[in-house]
Amino acid sequence: MSGSPLLMFEHGGVAALDRVPELGVGEFRAHVLDAVNGGARIATFFGRPAPGGAVRLLAVLAEEYSGILQAASTTVYDSYSALTPECPQAHWFEREIAEQWGVVPRGHPWLKPIRFHRAYRDGKDAWRRAEAPVAGVADFFRMEGEEIHEVAVGPVHAGIIEPGHFRFQCHGENVFHLEISLGYQHRGIERRLRGGPSARTLPYMETLAGDTSIGHALACCEALEALAGAHVPARAHVLRGVALEIERLANHTGDLGALAGDVGFLPTASYCGRIRGDFLNMTAVICGNRFGRGLVRPGGAAFDLADEHVQDLERRLQAAERDAAGAIELLWHSSSVMGRFEDTGAVTAETAQALGLVGPAARACGIERDVRHDFPLGIFRYAQIPVSTFGSGDVFARAFVRALEIQRSIAFLKSQLGMLSAGPVLAPVGPCAPNALAVALVEGWRGEICHACITDEAGRIAHYKVVDPSFHNWMGLAMAMRGQQISDFPLCNKSFNLSYCGHDL
Amino acid sequence: MRIESAVHFAAALVLAPLLLGIINRTKALAAGRAGQPLLQPYFDIIKLLRKGAVYSRTTTWVFRLGPAAGLAAVTLALAFVPFGGAPALLAFSGDFLLVVYLLAAARFATVVAALDTGSSFEGMGASREVQFSALAEPALLLGIIAVARAAPGAASLSACLGAVDGRAWAASGPALALAAAAWLIVFLAENARIPVDDPATHLELTMIHEVMVLDHGGPDLAYILYGAALKMWVLGALLAAVLVPVRTGAWAVDCAAAAAGMILLAVLVGAIESSMARLRLVRVPQLLIAASALSVLALILLMR
Repeated sequence: MSGSPLLMFEHGGVAALDRVPELGVGEFRAHVLDAVNGGARIATFFGRPAPGGAVRLLAVLAEEYSGILQAASTTVYDSYSALTPECPQAHWFEREIAEQWGVVPRGHPWLKPIRFHRAYRDGKDAWRRAEAPVAGVADFFRMEGEEIHEVAVGPVHAGIIEPGHFRFQCHGENVFHLEISLGYQHRGIERRLRGGPSARTLPYMETLAGDTSIGHALACCEALEALAGAHVPARAHVLRGVALEIERLANHTGDLGALAGDVGFLPTASYCGRIRGDFLNMTAVICGNRFGRGLVRPGGAAFDLADEHVQDLERRLQAAERDAAGAIELLWHSSSVMGRFEDTGAVTAETAQALGLVGPAARACGIERDVRHDFPLGIFRYAQIPVSTFGSGDVFARAFVRALEIQRSIAFLKSQLGMLSAGPVLAPVGPCAPNALAVALVEGWRGEICHACITDEAGRIAHYKVVDPSFHNWMGLAMAMRGQQISDFPLCNKSFNLSYCGHDL
Repeated sequence: MRIESAVHFAAALVLAPLLLGIINRTKALAAGRAGQPLLQPYFDIIKLLRKGAVYSRTTTWVFRLGPAAGLAAVTLALAFVPFGGAPALLAFSGDFLLVVYLLAAARFATVVAALDTGSSFEGMGASREVQFSALAEPALLLGIIAVARAAPGAASLSACLGAVDGRAWAASGPALALAAAAWLIVFLAENARIPVDDPATHLELTMIHEVMVLDHGGPDLAYILYGAALKMWVLGALLAAVLVPVRTGAWAVDCAAAAAGMILLAVLVGAIESSMARLRLVRVPQLLIAASALSVLALILLMR
């Protein structure tokens, strides 16, 4: 990529803010589009306040085949020419920028709020709204026609699940289009982190999306450690990797059980519900909390593993592996289940690539995309986990990729627990470098988690940006539903199992 | 009118919800759970009867009439169903047509009440229910005609089901087996069981029967739950009458055999629900047409 003015830096490293090239809007747009056409993916793209009431946009692109991150920024005032028409990946990011900063991406085909809050810039609003926005009150797409009907679901659902609003444009049982409206759980976490890192930073991260406590805490710690130039002890790297994989195991097992439950297949639903608890209990063996809260801390891990705990974990892992394998085999051997999974909610590889899907949803379309493999940090630099892919892109593929990952994570855990090195698990972390940018990527169980942290001249957090994998993938669910039966929506939704609170932040 | 008929009618009114309890217990045991109490369906109905009712302002008297009319129709249908060889409370030549129409009337009451809410979910559920029941009806009716031919000279439900004994099975066993298979599919479909519907789901987009009654609460919902239990008894009693051809003439023995048949049927439904997934909605019509095909086949076997 010679000739590109974008700043290239390694994952896990830190970039001085003044080294991030400041381009003209046209130039910025051209180079970002160039990089995306060349195979890079938008990892994060956000605005932050600049002097003179302007907004500085920063894009971080991830290039999977080279493992290199690229960054560029530009300054805009009230509007700029949108990237989305040529680069669908930018769709959700540009809506976020418009909502947060009152900057209008001109030519954006689908410019609506995503979280329904007031703009952070005084007196600016991309939609010139006089009153404070209310979640879910927006112009939805509507199809015209005598036999078209609209089905609105949520934000209050029949089960104990998170709030989100779904609008289907249907013809009988067939879905033409699904529009998803979120934002009911917007808490403003990113802005609460400014001025940190403080004692509150990590608890915020661990509750950002409760099922991904380890993933988000790890991404935050990696960003802060990069900024501070801290060296994490080897044993802590292993413990973090172990916790991350147990989190994946628990959630993947729970998802497979829930998929079985959605098609009314009781055996796997019952078994997996219990086995998920077994995995959660393994996290509790490490740190006393089933979701791993309080385990990952800047500089390493807050809890060490005694030998007897290692043996306990190995014993539990052995039992859980046997049980999970049996419960999952049942799925593949039941023709009634396969009849529901196969050819339901298929996403093509081209669509997945264009939308920039991440995690199992992308790997189920045959895309080899896994942060543990492409941008390894910590233990994953030394111990590789094979990337699990399947080509069909349907509900079955998403289930099967999860099943493969369960096998591979268990193998990883076994080998890591068997050769745990001695040593400390927590190293001191100094103050963060001033005026610097750090980007941390972690393969959470849902996919790529991206945290970008920018410090001010005193080394405090000036701007923090979290991209939960759900942020990339919600649009994938909408595309998966096109041409499907509306009765298959719960199944498709479960096969993505995206986070509402992780998206709403 | 025989006293046995009245006893059976009263027993059915009392015992019908127990079938649901047995199904739930079977599913719980298969999943390794202790499960809810066997009598939970009764507790639910009693709890609902003691509640007040909430009505949406967009609904009319149609919505309020639905549950009571549905329950009345099913209760009347129950009066025509024989049990254990003893004739039903009411019987006349060709009464099976009335029974099928009464079940349809109950469904009509539920469907118009659902449509009255104006909710898109309930409209969807109503459309599914009507589509599937239209396909299930021929299977049920043709099956009854087949059974009536297998036990000749009988034109009422009581007479034809009462005549299904060992001799009838020996003479036209394959036809009776085919009719029973068709009825089992109808039984599962009409009672909103897997593989057609999932009674345990809370997902409004996939439900068929449950989604139609989302807006009902309190005593109305109790009528609906009780009506569903009675309907299960009505269709179950038809199946049990064919599958348990014990006609000793001793009422107690015949009745005990039929009751055992009902319990086994409930266990069978629990076993089916514990071992297979629900069909994709677009595949349900194929299953129901297959049921009709089985009934037609049974009829053809008896055409001589």
